[in-house]
Amino acid sequence: MAATNILKIENLSFERNDALLFEPVSFELNSGEALHIEGANGAGKTTLFQLLIKLLEPCTGDVYFRGQHLSQCHFEYLSDILFIGHQSAVKAALTVEENLSWMSPDGTSTEKITAALQFVGLEHYASIPCYRLSAGQHRRVALARLMTTSATLWYLDEPFAALDKQGVGFIENCMQQHLDQGGCIVFSSHQDLVKIAARSYRLNPLREVV
Amino acid sequence: MHNYLSAGFIAYLTRDLLLGVRNKTDLVKPLIFFLLVSALVPLSIAPEAERLAQLAPGMIWIFAVLATLLSVERLFSDDLQDGSLEQMLMSPNLLIMPILGKITAHWVMIGLPLTLLSPVLGVWFSLPTVAVTPMMLSLAIGTAVLCLIGAVGAALTLPRQGGVLLALLVMPLYMPVLIFGSATIQSAVDGLDWTAPLVILVALLAIAIALCPLAINAGLRLAKNG
Repeated sequence: MAATNILKIENLSFERNDALLFEPVSFELNSGEALHIEGANGAGKTTLFQLLIKLLEPCTGDVYFRGQHLSQCHFEYLSDILFIGHQSAVKAALTVEENLSWMSPDGTSTEKITAALQFVGLEHYASIPCYRLSAGQHRRVALARLMTTSATLWYLDEPFAALDKQGVGFIENCMQQHLDQGGCIVFSSHQDLVKIAARSYRLNPLREVV
Repeated sequence: MHNYLSAGFIAYLTRDLLLGVRNKTDLVKPLIFFLLVSALVPLSIAPEAERLAQLAPGMIWIFAVLATLLSVERLFSDDLQDGSLEQMLMSPNLLIMPILGKITAHWVMIGLPLTLLSPVLGVWFSLPTVAVTPMMLSLAIGTAVLCLIGAVGAALTLPRQGGVLLALLVMPLYMPVLIFGSATIQSAVDGLDWTAPLVILVALLAIAIALCPLAINAGLRLAKNG
């Protein structure tokens, strides 16, 4: 099966205080491919993700989704992406199940939510309020969304932060499954991954990274 | 259309109501403030029924404004801290629907209880019974406007919790609500037609529903982009 082009980035750049943050970014991503964004702390990886999810407007550059410029397919693009950032977007007062159910697309069945919790090893915590969980377990709740989403393109900013070895294994499996099904992943991580065959893209900062 | 409602408005409304029920302290604080301060007035001013009834419209509305202001500053700050705001801002649906869902939940948890508690204040202030219905109607509509305006202030003062800046920002915008809200009760106390100021409150609510979500949207994006 011929790979379909999902994402094309051309010369994307962002300015803060009248200075470019990093060298203009260009890459392409076909179905079934993963891209590992590399860069030192402060290189601008999170900013790049924020540009990709349209939280920030780039100074220059274009983004194409499935061959169409984003200005022509804004709604389709935002409906078909999933972003998990540094902050887990988990509400401490809600239970694990309530959080996942709320974060999942409309009409996600209880069985699917239970299966997702099982996958990340939280099946016994379903009715526990999230304020009683550890940071790693919080992260697992957020990442359980990977099992319930129908989005093709995943943006994962440091998904393995706070996870133990077993948790990393769960998420790597989940990512591999998504790639096998023709999905795409753009992620950043300081961890060496063993199961995911990803291309690397090094983000070159244009200001001194301390 | 149904999808817009279910994905945005209803989802945020139910989630915030659930969060409100779980964080009861945040919910109860403004209500306790409203009741306590109102209870102090008849004690500090001579408890003459006629005098209290004259003061009641203004007093009740001032306390309602302060109670709403007290509760509104955390409307978006928790979402900003835990990353939910990021998820809300990248929603493919019209952002005004989640925003209106959150504000409606806030009104159900603050404005509605204030309205339902107000007859108690009516008794404390020796308010004539004819004024109770206008008071409740004006509070129900007026607190909804206060929540919408307060949310604009809360969005514009992010990432900090508003405090004094929030009060300075929204107080001038609260004034028309305060004036027409207390005028509704005052007219009823004086035996005049109280529907005219109430209709103006309804008009203010319509304007606020149309304009505030747009301002909140801009404020939230500004806050997120630093």
